[in-house]
Amino acid sequence: MITAERKPLEEILAYIKPFKRILLLGCNECVTVCAAGGRKEVGVLASGLQMSRLKDGSSIDIREHTLERQCDPEYVEELVPMIDSADAVLSMACGCGVQQLAMRFRDKPVFPAVNTKFMGGSDRHGVWTERCQGCGDCLLGLTGGICPIAKCAKHLMNGPCGGSAGGVCEIGDDVDCAWHLIWERLKALGLTDQYMEIMPAKDWRPAGGGGPRKIIREDLAE
Amino acid sequence: MKTESKLEKVLAAGHLAVTSECGPPRGASAETVIEKAKYLDGVVDAVNITDNQTAMVRMSSFAGSVLVRQQGMNPLLQMVTRDRNRLAMQADILGAYALGINTMLCLSGDHTRFGDHPMAANVHDIDSIQLIQMVKKMRDEAKFQGGADIKGVVPKMFIGAAANPFADPFELRVMRLAKKIAAGADFIQTQCIFNIDKFEKWMEGVRGMGLHKKCYILAGITPMKSVGAARYMKNRVPGMDVPQELVDRMGSVDKEKQPEEGIDICLETIERLKQVEGVAGFHIMAIDWEEKVAEIVKRANLYPRPQA
Repeated sequence: MITAERKPLEEILAYIKPFKRILLLGCNECVTVCAAGGRKEVGVLASGLQMSRLKDGSSIDIREHTLERQCDPEYVEELVPMIDSADAVLSMACGCGVQQLAMRFRDKPVFPAVNTKFMGGSDRHGVWTERCQGCGDCLLGLTGGICPIAKCAKHLMNGPCGGSAGGVCEIGDDVDCAWHLIWERLKALGLTDQYMEIMPAKDWRPAGGGGPRKIIREDLAE
Repeated sequence: MKTESKLEKVLAAGHLAVTSECGPPRGASAETVIEKAKYLDGVVDAVNITDNQTAMVRMSSFAGSVLVRQQGMNPLLQMVTRDRNRLAMQADILGAYALGINTMLCLSGDHTRFGDHPMAANVHDIDSIQLIQMVKKMRDEAKFQGGADIKGVVPKMFIGAAANPFADPFELRVMRLAKKIAAGADFIQTQCIFNIDKFEKWMEGVRGMGLHKKCYILAGITPMKSVGAARYMKNRVPGMDVPQELVDRMGSVDKEKQPEEGIDICLETIERLKQVEGVAGFHIMAIDWEEKVAEIVKRANLYPRPQA
């Protein structure tokens, strides 16, 4: 999923300072799962903003709404009846959702209320870690299902650097050495010979080096 | 002979080679580089010029190497993949060769979090093994990494790589070396060796795969200046393995005697490593202590250097 974390309240308040009527939008997908921008977080943020503005002696009218998916034009259409009664939109979706709104409602200010972080998964309750950098040319079949691009601090593709100690990366005790994990996994799978294959320099075009990326499915595109 | 490198000539002639390093300054003073390098003149076969080591901004390795070359010495250009992409690195390889630099060391580099620009992007367009492949392709196939032909003069670099026998997983360390050699490494400079038993165990594995016959291995040596430096390297430097008994030995003598003790330990290490089959020379990293290298080389009976 795409993970996110809410921005500090002060930053959000600064964005919406000139506006009185705010449409605060959550998203039911990834940001709900990582507890950053779902229905519940929309409610918590709305109360926080209201209390802060009250303390400053200025009023605010917040309409709360959570879309099934903010990155999908079909669901964004739902907002048409309510958009005119808002001076600005505050989105708790990831950056994809925020941009979907900005493209659809061109004359309406749209602000992000979360920082989009990474594509990751949950390690345990309340902990998410990065798993994928969307390089567009998946290597997981060669590395025992563990990604050296997303999980090695140096994106090393041919083994651990000299800073790997006791399974831990040189950058910090809370970071696993990706190549230690890959090696253990290759051993468990009986695939250690695979390590000796030199992975050639990567083509970064599918990773974004070739400019903004796009998928066109001729069978589906209208 | 693959190149014109003095280091290659010394090694090919079967001599124990000696290299050392010179860290460029955090300022634009050519004199500082020359002054540091002069301590090594005639004492070593090549002088490593570090590339933003510990991820701190310094005068570039390229400029430092040119300054050392202008003194008639043999620079060994270090290059890390952390700071530049493949275009920038290939451009520097062409430029360096044009200015008389024919020996280099391919590294990934310390992570930016250790340096003075932790907010900088880590480039890592390619990794150290892919850098070795790239330099070899430029030299042996006269082609750029992207596939186009190099026009005119082809940069013929003697290609070095690093190896750390003390990092984990230990069982992977010999294979990692094998991979660097398969990629095209001609010589290796190892991490500083303090844990000799572990280094010997690694060398057993190296000989087991016959790697010492495919590539020259220079053993990394660092003299410790004080018990504080020993403790720092033991506890703070990633990938270093300093046994507690060496820290205790440094601490067992008076403060003013500690530098001497450090040199003694370093000489004992060199003597023991000379007996290890497959060790082709020594890389002496006397960090901010370049003035001691000549004494170490002489007392280790590695002087005079061959005129290869």
